[in-house]
Amino acid sequence: MKWEVVIGLETHAQLSTASKIFSGAPTAFGAAPNSQASAVDIALPGVLPVLNKGAVERAIRFGVAVGGTISQRSVFARKNYFYPDLPKGYQISQYEIPIVAGGSVTIAIAETEKRIRLTRAHLEEDAGKSLHEDFHGMTGIDLNRAGTPLLEIVSEPDMRSAAEAVAYAKALHALVRWIGICDGNLQEGSFRCDANVSVRPTGSDDLGTRCEIKNLNSFRFLQHAIEFEARRQIELIEDGGAVVQETRLYDPDRNETRPMRTKEDAHDYRYFPDPDLPPLVIDAAWIERVKSELPELPDVMKARFVTQYGLSMYEAAALTASREVAHYFEDTVRVLGGAPNLAASWIMGALSAALNREEREIGAAPVTPHTLAELLRRIQDNTISGKMAKDVFDAMWAGEGDADLIIERNGLRQISDEGAIERIVDDVLAANAAIIAEVKAGREKAFNSLVGQVMKASKGKANPAQVNAILKRKLG
Amino acid sequence: MALTLDDVLRIAHLARIDIDAAAAREVHAKLDAIFTLINELQAIDTTGIEPMSHAQDVSAPLRDDAITESDHHADYQRGAPAVEDGLYLVPRVIE
Repeated sequence: MKWEVVIGLETHAQLSTASKIFSGAPTAFGAAPNSQASAVDIALPGVLPVLNKGAVERAIRFGVAVGGTISQRSVFARKNYFYPDLPKGYQISQYEIPIVAGGSVTIAIAETEKRIRLTRAHLEEDAGKSLHEDFHGMTGIDLNRAGTPLLEIVSEPDMRSAAEAVAYAKALHALVRWIGICDGNLQEGSFRCDANVSVRPTGSDDLGTRCEIKNLNSFRFLQHAIEFEARRQIELIEDGGAVVQETRLYDPDRNETRPMRTKEDAHDYRYFPDPDLPPLVIDAAWIERVKSELPELPDVMKARFVTQYGLSMYEAAALTASREVAHYFEDTVRVLGGAPNLAASWIMGALSAALNREEREIGAAPVTPHTLAELLRRIQDNTISGKMAKDVFDAMWAGEGDADLIIERNGLRQISDEGAIERIVDDVLAANAAIIAEVKAGREKAFNSLVGQVMKASKGKANPAQVNAILKRKLG
Repeated sequence: MALTLDDVLRIAHLARIDIDAAAAREVHAKLDAIFTLINELQAIDTTGIEPMSHAQDVSAPLRDDAITESDHHADYQRGAPAVEDGLYLVPRVIE
């Protein structure tokens, strides 16, 4: 039998507010244990939560960006469970009426686009952290993370492969950073996914029993966990067994998922509206303001890059991977006064390679759009060849100055004087009678070797296009 | 809707409330009376009436996103049974 895997994702994006969702304590990562847990966060008796406007604003921004509906009235609910890193004994979340309903995210796999529908997105608070290292047989509790604002984004079960799930997670990750609501830091847990995975015979419309895989904090783990889980469920069913609905954990060391050890009543959350928090009311003017302040979205910008600059879909996608990259590209083209293809190839080539090598963000690149444009201008006006420009770029990256300075100092100015190149060509031809014979016999390689010798004799400075033309003329 | 004694014991367990058999029976009787009242309320026709999520007709006040709290963990931890390196220590829990 052929099987189809059905995947839905629940993503927790930590909202990039300075303070917590219900208290004025800071949210900065990596502070000393419990130094950022206020009386509200640790649930001292008598305290009351007060909702952070910045968290609401970010949730609205998300809802508008995905084309969802912003609830003008949404309700906070208590999700009750007992765990030591949850001081109140309940998590404040949204249940029946979330702040965002619907919307969608578009993914692209091998140039084919697919729309992944969103069910909802709701505001909630994070729990603290349990440290299970040995404290004399006890568990250490750090409540700094308690009360950190989260947006839980729930997708419909619209994905049909691990690759689609990863593409969705990446698109969502790019989007939340693009609209500035989450820093997207996977290592620090600012963006984490739970995957609901089930399998069914291909062509069936019924959903199989699903398992939820918790806390996948890398795209690679997400991919591997789904692949393993789908295989496990198929083998189980084919061996005559049945999938049991449960929560599972992915173990990257063994590349497998296994059931989380929980008591069976752990999921009886007994939700009810939180009497401490009246309904959240968002007026139309607020939604309109957020809409008007929203930056151009990646999909829109990608399409514009194709039509406005004549880039390929592939280039447009790469250059809209983040807002910073997109701005870098457009700034470079603006300073250069055109030549988008030249700018695109340098940003996706030399610049991106240098950034990867040093694990730097584009904002920290020593070569700016302005200085890159100056270098590209020297390629355009034939001062240097593209090959030499690469050396100049490396020197600029190393902080040796701007393009013109490096070209002058190192004598890299290209030889474009027809007579001067011709003299070098003549010298080379005079010394290579055997190769000339090969060229005349129609061997392409022999011609290239002559080009190479001329370039070498000119110390790489001869204009390669002119060298080619002169050689062809002389041998033709 | 009838509440059983088992329901009472289960809810007490979920909330980690230690309750003995006599107290459970007493709570059961009280809760049962409340449920009887709820059953009377449920007989009322509420068609077309929007459900309430809060007892008062108010909306949530919002605060600006600003840090207004400073570190008081030393004070808070004076009442904790066990602390180490700034962490609260609790009986070992493993998922």
